[in-house]
Amino acid sequence: MELAEENLNEHHLDEKRVVDVVVRFAGDSGDGMQLTGSNFTQATALYGNDLSTFPDFPAEIRAPVGATFGVSAFQIYFGAEDVTTAGDALDVLVAMNPAALITNIKNLVDGGLVIVDSGAFTTKNLTKAKYDTNPLEDGSLDKYRVLTIDISAQVLQAVEPYNLGHKNGLRCKNMWTLGLVMWLFDRDRNPTIQNLRSKFAKAPEIAEANIAALNAGHAYGETAELPSGIHVYKIPKAKVAPGTYRNVTGTTALAWGLIAGAELADIDLLFASYPITPASNLLHELANRKEFRVNTFQAEDEIAAVCAAIGASFAGSLGVTSSAGPGIALKAEGIALAAATELPLVIVNTQRGGPSTGLPTKTEQSDLNMALFGRHGDTPMPVIASATSTDCFDVAIEAVRLATKYMTPVMLLSDGYLANAAEPWQIPDMADLTPFPVRHHTDTEGFKPSLRDHTTLARVWAKPGTPGLEHRIGGIERSYETGDISYDPENHQLMTTLRKDKVQGIAADIPLQEVCLGNTSGRLAVVGWGSTFGAIHQAVKRARQEGLDVSHIQVRYLSPLPRNLGELLAGFDGVLVPEMNTGQFVRVLRSEFLIDAEGLNKVAGQPFKIGEILAAIHLKLAALKEAS
Amino acid sequence: MNQALPTLTVKDYTSDQEVRWCPGCGDYAILKTIQKLMPELGKPKENHVFVSGIGCSSRFPYYMNTYGFHTIHGRAPAIATGVKLANPALDVWVITGDGDGFSIGGNHMLHVLRRNVDLQILLFNNEIYGLTKGQYSPTSQLGTRSPSSPKGSIDLPLSPCAVALGAGATFVARSIDTEAKHLSAAVSEGYAHKGAAFIEILQNCPIYNDGIFEQVKDKKLAPLHRIEVEHGKPLVFGASSEKGVRLNRDTLVLEVIDVAGNEDQILVHDATNKVLANLLVQMRGPDFPVAIGVLYHEAKPSFVEDAHAQLVKARVAKGDVNQLLRSGHTWKVV
Repeated sequence: MELAEENLNEHHLDEKRVVDVVVRFAGDSGDGMQLTGSNFTQATALYGNDLSTFPDFPAEIRAPVGATFGVSAFQIYFGAEDVTTAGDALDVLVAMNPAALITNIKNLVDGGLVIVDSGAFTTKNLTKAKYDTNPLEDGSLDKYRVLTIDISAQVLQAVEPYNLGHKNGLRCKNMWTLGLVMWLFDRDRNPTIQNLRSKFAKAPEIAEANIAALNAGHAYGETAELPSGIHVYKIPKAKVAPGTYRNVTGTTALAWGLIAGAELADIDLLFASYPITPASNLLHELANRKEFRVNTFQAEDEIAAVCAAIGASFAGSLGVTSSAGPGIALKAEGIALAAATELPLVIVNTQRGGPSTGLPTKTEQSDLNMALFGRHGDTPMPVIASATSTDCFDVAIEAVRLATKYMTPVMLLSDGYLANAAEPWQIPDMADLTPFPVRHHTDTEGFKPSLRDHTTLARVWAKPGTPGLEHRIGGIERSYETGDISYDPENHQLMTTLRKDKVQGIAADIPLQEVCLGNTSGRLAVVGWGSTFGAIHQAVKRARQEGLDVSHIQVRYLSPLPRNLGELLAGFDGVLVPEMNTGQFVRVLRSEFLIDAEGLNKVAGQPFKIGEILAAIHLKLAALKEAS
Repeated sequence: MNQALPTLTVKDYTSDQEVRWCPGCGDYAILKTIQKLMPELGKPKENHVFVSGIGCSSRFPYYMNTYGFHTIHGRAPAIATGVKLANPALDVWVITGDGDGFSIGGNHMLHVLRRNVDLQILLFNNEIYGLTKGQYSPTSQLGTRSPSSPKGSIDLPLSPCAVALGAGATFVARSIDTEAKHLSAAVSEGYAHKGAAFIEILQNCPIYNDGIFEQVKDKKLAPLHRIEVEHGKPLVFGASSEKGVRLNRDTLVLEVIDVAGNEDQILVHDATNKVLANLLVQMRGPDFPVAIGVLYHEAKPSFVEDAHAQLVKARVAKGDVNQLLRSGHTWKVV
């Protein structure tokens, strides 16, 4: 289906009762926009709003100042109701320079508020952003409400007592701006103040200067003359279940899920990885958590990383490796070795824009084909995907469970959006999670490396160091009976079938597919997997509010598929599958279930907008109506 | 626990698998030497893990009645690193060949050596690809005629021991497949070494590269074509030790001289001298004897010991997952 977008026509700031708002902070990659965003996120969570964030930054670490390709942005959608995306259009845009303005203004709703630092709108910066005339003066911003402030001058004045000098003084601009936006939404500055004091513990004068800037921005709001209709917004608190909450990104949740998984499996975990964007943060997080049952190894390359993980699994630990698309491609031979020798292995793929280096910092779902099919030989492997940042925790535990229970490599698909996006998380209690302790084989009676559990078909896990169980395994086909090398044709047929049946059998051990919103049969099912969850959910919710018969189904288990999925989908007249690729999952559904599922595809390095999916729902329903 | 180990013999280390190397292959001799050596190392056999890549030599683990893992081409050092990190108490051996270890797996070899991962690495160097039927390898001599180089190979070969030294190896030795006593001693010393022990074994391939090491192996020729180095002993060779090696102090190159009349100029082997080791590993015929024995060793921190020490330190207070999940900023909704 052609990608179209419906304007949701939301002007949150002008609602009688403002219940949700989308704010985007944009500036140079050195302007500290991510720090600004994360502090605002924290304050918003503490305020009691539901929220979703979208850090959107360039691949360049420090692009030339003022360049459009160096713009770093942080978007947050917060409100009183459940928020599952970072928002389609912006209500408030903070633009720290002309480049940030020109690259983001088109997403601001008509009448939206744009806050600009006029001090940064110099001739030089305007030229770098390719503005022929100054947009602050030429009337091109007339359809927006513009708050023009010489933030640079304001900041220098605020931090003057700290003698930081011009350059370092200007580095407090982000905190001044944060102070202003915090005033606008009635946020508490204290957590940010504490953060600054701890971040700059060794340079208290820098902490104090930043705090002074934060407070000055806040004070400015109290006395400034604001564009008409703009006032302090007090967004009602979201109604959420009682409990203890925190904000968490997908990367952190995934790392903690692996830690929790090792605990539940009662096993040590070796995380072996090679740095690659956007997967590296997983290595960073785990490298700092060795008080748990986790060790980390930064290997010399992607291949060594997967191989070291396999070695650890052979030795009785659980090997885990992680990368993004191009790195996963390099690991393919190793993954097949783990499948052949029936050793547990978890492979985390934080997908990014491809092919090749592609778009390293942008999100995509285009590695599904590789996850499902990208191996030599007939090599089945379970594949599961996380739908949200917080879901990464549960999915990581599930990957550990499946790998250790079935003695198989398992691929976990995340993506660049989930890795960096944060959302509030009701923190689980470990006591509520079901342990699945690993039992290494120790019985010497009748031992052979080919022994297997007749229910799961999993091979025994006998680890080196165990007396009497000395044995050899390897990549050459192994005899079903003895585990020794076998070139026998019938044995190869038997082993190939066994590998297939083992992975297929997992379908009996995973939950039945549920419908997460709407009826279990009807007119249209919108089927997603991975990080498209949020946009699909909101679009289906809106369609249902319009009275349309639409359901949302989000698939976590991509191989094997839930055993009732075919039957479930058959109960709908139409199936729409939005994906950030050219139609990889829709092809699986069509071939597995012989249904006329239709794809909605976007490969722009950006998540789906709610309006794009809503437009597709309307088109699809119209087409179904015409056909019937 | 100080329980006496049961007395094991070569039989205990022989697996039930039929050995499938070509008749006359040097690998048989190496296998027998290692199987004989194992009982002398004083560890229970379940403690030994043999990890190999792909190639003729890499079938080795199937024939050892220990734990073994026949993996994928070139990756044995990486897999062995994972084994050792997961369980530092294991004795982990890497069995590799010149193609496996220095062509497809060159990168892993480089890094396992520079990290000083506690492994015994036995490189079977036959200067040819055997299993894929005779193509030239990264150690094949220039001009080697093979199915993939019918007019002679034009690649300059590398010296495994020189590369190992360059990578920062802390133990480098060279031995010969059929010299059981010499090989056994070199491997024993490597086993006792803390960190990565790299042992190049010159190995004859009777099918595709027969006789390539004849000069250093043949009883008659060998005295003039190989020099057995020993720490603290003069670098002399020949049937009656009549030849010696000295350093030309003007050109900084080694020279072969007659011992008679030059006794004071003959170099004494110092296995801790890296400059000397770098000169010795490069010696080859026809002008120089090939050096065998322990060429170099040094005491350096062991990667696995250090990695383990970090874990022990981090786990003085065991982590509480519930506490981790609640670390940083949290809030309560009632």
